[in-house]
Amino acid sequence: MEEDTDSRKINSSFLRDHNYATEADIISTVEFNHTGELLATGDKGGRVVIFQREQESKNQPHRRGEYNVYSTFQSHEPEFDYLKSLEIEEKINKIRWLPQQNAAYFLLSTNDKTVKLWKVSERGRRPEGYNLKDDDGRIRDPSTITMLRVPVLQPMDLMVEATPRRVFSNAHTYHINSISVNSDYETYMSADDLRINLWNLEITNRSFNIVDIKPANMEELTEVITAAEFHPNQCNTFVYSSSKGTIRLCDMRAAALCDKHSKFFEEPEDPSNRSFFSEIISSISDVKFSHSGRYMMTRDYLTVKVWDLNMESRPLETYQVHDYLRSKLCSLYENDCIFDKFECVWNGSDSVIMTGSYNNFFRMFDRNTKRDVTLEASRENSKPRAILKPRKVCVGGKRRKDEISVDSLDFSKKILHSAWHPSENIIAVAATNNLYIFQDKVN
Amino acid sequence: MSKMAGADGDDSLYPIAVLIDELRNEDVQLRLNSIKKLSTIALALGVERTRTELLPFLTDTIYDEDEVLLALAEQLGSFTVLVGGPEYVHCLLPPLESLATVEETVVRDKAVESLRKISHEHSPEDLEAHFEPLVKRLASGDWFTSRTSACGLFSVCYPRVSKSTKSEIRQHFRTLCSDDTPMVRRAAASKLGEFAKVLELEYVKSDLIPLFAALASDEQDSVRLLAVEACVSIAQLLPQEDLEKLVMPTLRQATEDKSWRVRYMVADKFSELQKAVGPEITENDLVPSFQNLLKDCEAEVRAAAANKVKEFCENLPADSRETIIMNSILPCVKELVSDTNQHVKSALASVIMGLSTILGKDNTIEHLLPLFLAQLKDECPEVRLNIISNLDCVNEVIGIRQLSQSLLPAIVELAEDAKWRVRLAIIEYMPLLAGQLGMEFFDEKLNSLCMAWLVDHVYAIREAATCNLMKLVERFGASWAQSTIVPKVLGMASDPNYLHRMTTLFCISALSEACGQEITTKQMLPIVLKMSEDQVANVRFNVAKSLQKIGPVLENSALQAEVRPVLEKLATDQDMDVKYFAQEAMTVLSLA
Repeated sequence: MEEDTDSRKINSSFLRDHNYATEADIISTVEFNHTGELLATGDKGGRVVIFQREQESKNQPHRRGEYNVYSTFQSHEPEFDYLKSLEIEEKINKIRWLPQQNAAYFLLSTNDKTVKLWKVSERGRRPEGYNLKDDDGRIRDPSTITMLRVPVLQPMDLMVEATPRRVFSNAHTYHINSISVNSDYETYMSADDLRINLWNLEITNRSFNIVDIKPANMEELTEVITAAEFHPNQCNTFVYSSSKGTIRLCDMRAAALCDKHSKFFEEPEDPSNRSFFSEIISSISDVKFSHSGRYMMTRDYLTVKVWDLNMESRPLETYQVHDYLRSKLCSLYENDCIFDKFECVWNGSDSVIMTGSYNNFFRMFDRNTKRDVTLEASRENSKPRAILKPRKVCVGGKRRKDEISVDSLDFSKKILHSAWHPSENIIAVAATNNLYIFQDKVN
Repeated sequence: MSKMAGADGDDSLYPIAVLIDELRNEDVQLRLNSIKKLSTIALALGVERTRTELLPFLTDTIYDEDEVLLALAEQLGSFTVLVGGPEYVHCLLPPLESLATVEETVVRDKAVESLRKISHEHSPEDLEAHFEPLVKRLASGDWFTSRTSACGLFSVCYPRVSKSTKSEIRQHFRTLCSDDTPMVRRAAASKLGEFAKVLELEYVKSDLIPLFAALASDEQDSVRLLAVEACVSIAQLLPQEDLEKLVMPTLRQATEDKSWRVRYMVADKFSELQKAVGPEITENDLVPSFQNLLKDCEAEVRAAAANKVKEFCENLPADSRETIIMNSILPCVKELVSDTNQHVKSALASVIMGLSTILGKDNTIEHLLPLFLAQLKDECPEVRLNIISNLDCVNEVIGIRQLSQSLLPAIVELAEDAKWRVRLAIIEYMPLLAGQLGMEFFDEKLNSLCMAWLVDHVYAIREAATCNLMKLVERFGASWAQSTIVPKVLGMASDPNYLHRMTTLFCISALSEACGQEITTKQMLPIVLKMSEDQVANVRFNVAKSLQKIGPVLENSALQAEVRPVLEKLATDQDMDVKYFAQEAMTVLSLA
């Protein structure tokens, strides 16, 4: 496939600039809120870091679009399940923002077992004036109190605080891989390997099981749920993908238990491509509805596919992410990379899709022009406001200048998580412990 | 501390000063405590300072914990006197307005409740000048929390404002009914009924009916299902001749909605709907609808409909009731008895017995009895329990004897169920059954069960069994107790298992009052006293507790001559707990 040399111009800024990286610093999820003003990341250490976009200012126009840290908090702590003798990691698997309902922001964060609802709010004033203490904080002699003082609110430095509002626990036996907020603003779902539960955002002690694929006998288990998402505007519709490469669309209107799907998306297998790895690489690692709600996109190990919700028989479009790895599946199996779960995202107008690869490369596909580009998120290549150069992987023997050979790709540097601003061309890319933000060049 | 202040400071100020300072204490409990005494603070400050200082401070205190905000919202609802009476009641609006926009639904709802309450204390002028602008501000707020709160305020100000303001309010309501966010549409849909009640009938027809129809066909089923409730209120307001045209199309649509949640709502509200639309529409429309709901493909809907079977039948017009039930409802009910879903069967079992009073003796024996018997044999214990718990309805019509043949095996099976919660549930129905079946039948068939529970391996069952014996004695009397129960209970006093010996003590404590002085003193007391020598300390201290319990029933001479020495001895026991309870018993019985 031809690389597109005239790619979009992008500049970047680092946000999490650690000189040394520990395991806990590895970013495990990235998500813009509905306006794109805030960007949340979660990491393996159970922390959530929220970035806020700088307001446009006249004297520093180039600073527009820069994101700075707004709030950092510890969302989950490591736990131990004494009944099952299992450690529960604090790693944040997913973050989802709630539609804004008042001046504060709300998000759901989840680790393997527990979903939490966080409120992030600002406080710019604090009460002053006590009756029993004087202004310097010294205790006053009670006999001198002859007059009551009512506290008065005075301005102070802006403080951002994160408070846990709800904890949704004890509903998942297996590991939660997805959470998704319903367009009714009232419910959300959480999916683990075998079950999907539906919650009311205000009720923590009860959830409804809507999908259960656990066979009576665990030895008969042939597939697991890998991702699930609600339709962006039809509150009754959701999809879930499986490790067998299929996607089921369910209609919650039909029945309380959605064990029977209403649509089943599956691409017929190409017999000529069949190999030992076929099933592993067809496992879907992410599924996302387009903003319009007409399409959905799935990511498997080598490709990203766009499906029309009205056509179950095959995908509308298939994009090769890194087809050159097909010959290396054996070694990727040995080093476990073949089980990596890459995510995929749409741009605001559903015309471009983006997903990650190895060697800190990420790929973008323009659905209209059918052009694609490989870009690299690395500290060497992208100084703040530098323009990203497209990268190319060479497959054959002869390597041209600027190309990198398949054999020298670094498989430990993988871009699993990324996010696209809901309306502008700003993307956030997580490369292990670094977060890169790229945007269209500001002229 | 406050005594120290007495010399030159104002003695009464100190506690108030503490309360005010604790409004911002780090400890939530102290803040909550202060907020709950807000009226004390306001009283001390006087109306002027409450208005100018306290309320502005409270308006900005919306960062607090939910429970503090909830308490604040509630307090402000009855604060009118404290700000200077109805003349100044509008000063309470700013803090309640900010509380009406917080994210926590319970707090918002409480703020709206308080706003509704104080709206009545506004003069018509103030309502127009202060309250109505607040409603408008909320209704056009940026965030949906404020718009949802506005929905609950329209109905309180509408009746008391000018004609032009009324039309504005209607416009606001219209806007909120087509709000972008489903939250607001849901709030509007749920307040549609109460708004309709205060609207002039012409506007109900011209304004609200189209809104109602629109909400009832909203794209989100979470909105549509709320329109079902509005159906009830609107139908009550409209004259009968308009119902067919204005309400029924929507109701029919909801009954056949694609979403089971909407159909569930119809089933759940069926009795209200039935009352609201009247007998004629019920006969023509609701009966077929109800049949469909009973046959719905979704079990949740069938269960909700099954729950309404009795109420629906009861409220059918008297002249055609029996025909409708026999021809239309009973066939569906028969199918539900063998439904695949146990929740459906159990919902049906909880009401089906009620049909017998409606249908009378002959129909019950011919048509219902086979269904009862089938449900009594159901594989699901809950179904059987529900039948048993409603036996009284049938007893009145055909007498329980008709059922006793099947009843007994069902009861025995439940009594021996492997799940202790099932056993617990059946024990609770024993006194009822005893009453219905009579002493003779009980002695013959059920008494042994009741005694067996006393030695159940689950404590909760033994405890319930003890309590059950007490209720049986209350029903059948002391002489029955003496001949049937007491010997068996006392026999357990020499059981090798100390848990069973303790059960004897528990039973004695429970039964003494019902059995009366003679039995207690002559038969029970000697056993209790003898057990004070037990080698297990738990038994001994339970002896002390039992003595404390039966003491008031005993003759005083026995108390002094027999109980006292035993308690005195126990009070010097080597076990700490035994000593403690012995001393406690002596204090309570005034023997110390």
